[in-house]
Amino acid sequence: MGGLLRMATAGSVDDGKSTLVGRLLYDTKSVLTDQMEAIERVSREKGLGVVDLALLTDGLRAEREQGITIDVAYRYFASPRRNFILADCPGHVQYTRNTVTGSSTADALVLLVDARKGVLEQTRRHLAVAALLRVPHVIVAVNKMDLVAYDQTVYEEVAAAVTTVATELGLGHAVTIPVSALEGDNVVTRTTRAPWYTGPSLLELLEGLPSADDPATENFRLPVQLTIRPQDAARDPAHREYRGYAGQIASGVVRRGDRVVVLPLGRATTVAGIDTADGELEEAFAPMSVTLRLADEIDIARGDLIAAADAAPEPTQDLDGMVAWLHEEPLRPGRRVLVKHTTRSVPAIVRDISGRLDLDTMTPEAAESLQLNDIGRISLRLASPIMPDEYLVSRRTGSFLLVDPQSGATLAAGMVRGDQAFSARATIDVGQFWAWEI
Amino acid sequence: MRSAPVSATRLDLLAELESEAIHIIREAVGELERPVLLFSGGKDSVVMLHLALKAFWPGPLPFPVMHIDTGHNFPEVIAYRDEVVARHRLRLVVASVQDYIDDGRLLERADGTRNPLQTQPLLDAIAAGRFDAVFGGGRRDEEKARAKERVVSLRDDFGQWDPRNQRPELWNLYNPRHRPGEHVRVFPLSNWTELDIWRYIEREDIELPNLYFAHSREVFLRDGMWLAVGPYSSPVRSDAPLSKTVRYRTVGDMSCTGAVESDAATVADILLEVAATRISERGATRADDRVTEAAMEDRKKEGYF
Repeated sequence: MGGLLRMATAGSVDDGKSTLVGRLLYDTKSVLTDQMEAIERVSREKGLGVVDLALLTDGLRAEREQGITIDVAYRYFASPRRNFILADCPGHVQYTRNTVTGSSTADALVLLVDARKGVLEQTRRHLAVAALLRVPHVIVAVNKMDLVAYDQTVYEEVAAAVTTVATELGLGHAVTIPVSALEGDNVVTRTTRAPWYTGPSLLELLEGLPSADDPATENFRLPVQLTIRPQDAARDPAHREYRGYAGQIASGVVRRGDRVVVLPLGRATTVAGIDTADGELEEAFAPMSVTLRLADEIDIARGDLIAAADAAPEPTQDLDGMVAWLHEEPLRPGRRVLVKHTTRSVPAIVRDISGRLDLDTMTPEAAESLQLNDIGRISLRLASPIMPDEYLVSRRTGSFLLVDPQSGATLAAGMVRGDQAFSARATIDVGQFWAWEI
Repeated sequence: MRSAPVSATRLDLLAELESEAIHIIREAVGELERPVLLFSGGKDSVVMLHLALKAFWPGPLPFPVMHIDTGHNFPEVIAYRDEVVARHRLRLVVASVQDYIDDGRLLERADGTRNPLQTQPLLDAIAAGRFDAVFGGGRRDEEKARAKERVVSLRDDFGQWDPRNQRPELWNLYNPRHRPGEHVRVFPLSNWTELDIWRYIEREDIELPNLYFAHSREVFLRDGMWLAVGPYSSPVRSDAPLSKTVRYRTVGDMSCTGAVESDAATVADILLEVAATRISERGATRADDRVTEAAMEDRKKEGYF
């Protein structure tokens, strides 16, 4: 069986996304009898002629009453070949916020387009978000093919428009596929109604995608979550002197005996042991949760980073990033925030808003402030250093949140630009989208 | 010394879910002052405790466990709870629904169900313990309202959940900050399915209360569910009790948790049964979730688990 695939679905209003998700769940037999009976009953009570598969995903009272989807919902299904976690991102309210959220953890984004309407403004925005969030695989499902009589010309026009936008954005790998979520064509099983299409069904495509990044090609990073030092409270007296640093490996591989550096202090040492509750390991890799013992006694606390000694990031108090602003109250320069980066939270001041991206025209423009759902570029001055990688290199160590120090609200999703952070792979081709100077 | 649990550098599903859950548990402990873990003896809370113990090994569990005792629990489950608490030398906080009924702070419902009555004692116990992070075993695959809840989910100073105004949750950056008086619920098992839980119980050889396995019990049929004959639930004249081989898919209040007819005597048997079943665990065995389409959402908004 292939590894776990985390995917997100997004689409514009009324292009049938909830129906597609319902169809994926239904046709993979992930809907149980009582859940099906419940939506059949509700469909009847609403006077609908057919079973409304969207009811499988619209869970909140307000959603069912208003017939809309409000919030990102997570669904779980499995095919014989793979397990899936699906983040279903609504297109109605707060779509940028929702798509950014769903895309942040996704290995693949399935974007719906109505065959009759083609590429809309919102389609362009969704694709821009996928490019910005660096979703590894983007699949555009051209839906409602039943309403255009499975016409090849219609499909090819839409597919060509998708490819044009994707290329503009530096998304070289957007795949298109003709589907009818309502009829079940090409969702799980291949259709016979569009014989001109010889590719895989959506599910087959998803089953075949390589998942996540390969830790073997990455630099080792472990942000320290906690120091484990049981002393007299040790469950086994043999562990009274134990001192280990617990965390989830954010990227790369670590082996016993590896040279590492502890940041921001900059002290170099050697990995003396890699522990888990199940026993000691010779090597560990992302995304394993482990506890490291180090050869030297160093003062290490939550928020410190243990990194490969020969490829460590540079601590910095200046942060330059792209942010998706997710709060009602606009961002203005001078605002005090907390930057939450890996396991480290530090106070910061927003020094400057370099500009915002106009997602309709895909061009940068000057901006005094960032409004809800705006994507812009800002610079921050931090009260103490963080150790970022560029987002292009690592979604784990290149991402950050801006948090309101008083209310604790999450204000923005941030992605570190490569300009100031050291990286062995800084010369990576960043594509058009990232090359834009605001 | 062991090698990594899978070949090359790829974790299998259970190893990935385990690592994610341990990361979430450690994050909540790293960020907040006074966590507590809800422990009912139900399989999800048992798995959560197992993960929490692994997260801090070789140290002790750095927080207490809390049980909201409805007074209608299965005696086997209470015995199991006490045994686990003693074995791992845990601190146990019990909030008792019976106390609230006895002194009139809560009224017994006409249907005898006590699950909805747990909310007030839970919130009071959170306030009294000044707990700021409450670990729950909720899974998003359980129910439609839960499917929309964050891993780290804010509760206001009345303990209420506002589903329309949740914080966005991005990457694996969990934000548990809150104002004094508020708290967060933390759901490390959010991404697990019922099947994952059972496969993990099998892989880790985790001990469960014995009523999860097939046993003979006096039951009666009510609203299409087999309820146990006991001090808190007895048949009315029309539903005659029978002796049947049953097991429980969820552990809750005796008065509203139904048994299923089953011969599954081992975890391996249960795995076969769960993989083949066509009815969700809540639909099969929880009368309280059948009340309305949004029964769970309504209870969660008020501060329920």
